[in-house]
Amino acid sequence: MFQVRIHGRGGQGVVSAAEMLSIAGFLEGKHAQAFPSFGSERMGAPVMAFCRIDDREIRLREPVMAPDALIIQDTTLLHQVNLFEGVTDGGYVLINSRRSVTELGIDEFFAANPGINVQTVPASQLAQEHVGRPVPNAALLGGFAAMTGLIRLDSVLAAIAQKFDGKIASRNQAAAQAAFDCMQRAAQGEEAPC
Amino acid sequence: MLKQIEGSRAVAEAVALCRPEVICAYPITPQTHIVENLGEMVKAGDIKGCEFVNVESEFAALSVAIGASATGARAYTATASQGLLFMAEAVYNASGLGLPIVMTIGNRAIGAPINIWNDQQDSMSMRDAGWIQLYAETNQEAVDLHIQAVPLAEELSVPVMVCVDGFILTHAYERVDIPTQAQVDAYVPPYEPRQILDPAEPVTIGAMVGPEAFTEVRYLAHYRQMQALGLIPELADAFAEQFGRHSGGLVRGYRQDDADTLVVALGSVNGTVKDVIDQLRERDVAIGSVSVISFRPFPAKRLRAMLEHASRVIVVEKSLAVGIGGIVSTDVRMALAGTGIPVHTVIAGLGGRAITQDALRDYLLRAHRDAVERVTFLDLRHDVIHREIERLETQRRSGPVAENILRELGSVADRIG
Repeated sequence: MFQVRIHGRGGQGVVSAAEMLSIAGFLEGKHAQAFPSFGSERMGAPVMAFCRIDDREIRLREPVMAPDALIIQDTTLLHQVNLFEGVTDGGYVLINSRRSVTELGIDEFFAANPGINVQTVPASQLAQEHVGRPVPNAALLGGFAAMTGLIRLDSVLAAIAQKFDGKIASRNQAAAQAAFDCMQRAAQGEEAPC
Repeated sequence: MLKQIEGSRAVAEAVALCRPEVICAYPITPQTHIVENLGEMVKAGDIKGCEFVNVESEFAALSVAIGASATGARAYTATASQGLLFMAEAVYNASGLGLPIVMTIGNRAIGAPINIWNDQQDSMSMRDAGWIQLYAETNQEAVDLHIQAVPLAEELSVPVMVCVDGFILTHAYERVDIPTQAQVDAYVPPYEPRQILDPAEPVTIGAMVGPEAFTEVRYLAHYRQMQALGLIPELADAFAEQFGRHSGGLVRGYRQDDADTLVVALGSVNGTVKDVIDQLRERDVAIGSVSVISFRPFPAKRLRAMLEHASRVIVVEKSLAVGIGGIVSTDVRMALAGTGIPVHTVIAGLGGRAITQDALRDYLLRAHRDAVERVTFLDLRHDVIHREIERLETQRRSGPVAENILRELGSVADRIG
């Protein structure tokens, strides 16, 4: 089983991100479960959503306590919420930011946990370019596909098309594709991949 | 057709396939997505011959359903929490009049303190209201129970609540097999009412009944629910034949045959319970579980047959009878009367507190050694309650308990579980 926890704030599409990831998993023939954890249902409040993907039926209903991957949609949560709690060794952390991990001031944690892979991608910026609004969720899923290889980009794009209609879908697909490309270029060592 | 969709959407699609004629509902979290989806389907003309009635309250929602059902329409509504309490008088009327309404409960805690999250206190508060109550373990079962609820209600002329854990199921995306209209049409026959308000053949429904007949009318309500103990498994068997999967029924066991410790639970927590049972079985703990799907009627005989070889029974409850402990436990003890099997209650998941594998496993290991109290509150924060009890004992004006505890806990934004 592969478990993902997504952190963000109300209005940033955190819940939709988990749902789309579960659809992408489903499209690849896997069992997938996505569900939200609402604090208070209002814009700007911290929100978490979870996604589990497995080859067999998922029965577990607890929140994801030990994520194999974390997606952080909002860096203002970094020093407010204990975001990295439970991340597994060998796991992935993908952060929505234009800045590097060092610039974000979170080097210390990853130096102490060298088994955890961490990367940033400017998902809000890419969303602003392609969608016209800084809603980073679809772009982050494109980045997630590139970073982990656990889900195919075409599954992510198909999931976006199931969740949204018409232009909103195609624009979010473009943002996901852009983030995917960015991260691939970054992996090849390009200086300014985005 | 297999779909990856939200539980609420899946329930709405199942209800639509049952060809309802009147849907009336008032939105309340976490039920809202169900009726929003149905409203859109009716507006789009996807449910033929169905009217969606916007109402001003939950009391009106069920009252309209009662009126619609009495005129021979297949009527549906949905609610949760305070909404169910607000319609309480109509809840008793629907069953007392014998009107086969199907209602989804998106299970949620009851305030005060106000809380939007899941437990089962709402439907439990209506356990004696004369409705059949079915509890879904997964969103697939939620779909299947709605399809089974319609012929069950209409055959017996008894209303049915299908209880679906709020957020945990209503807001969960998971794989669901939505049947075709032809499959559902073959399983759910057209509504043939036992009583109908028809100007051509006038009758009264809802007469005043005095002491001369009230007991007999009430007895017949009980009699019909006892008939449901036979009809529910029959409908589940017919469902398995028609749809190719087992869903519903009275109870369902898991690794229970040779178990010394048996866990009884209702609804979605059974999934986590099964995972924990598998982990404990690997450690050679002889443990199993029984999911109670039909809580009303209560399948006492069937349950006794499944539990009576165990050394102890643990009831996991998402509700609390203040002043006694467990609600389900009381019925389980009655089912086991005379066997001497100890029944322990664990109150868990109140107001949306996560029921984790770790907490459940630790508790069950202790229970398996008989090292638990009669009633345990899972994951109770003893430090917090002790400080509040001390405040209550030392200060006359100790203040509101909920606010005191929130102040004590500070920010909760950093909690994952």
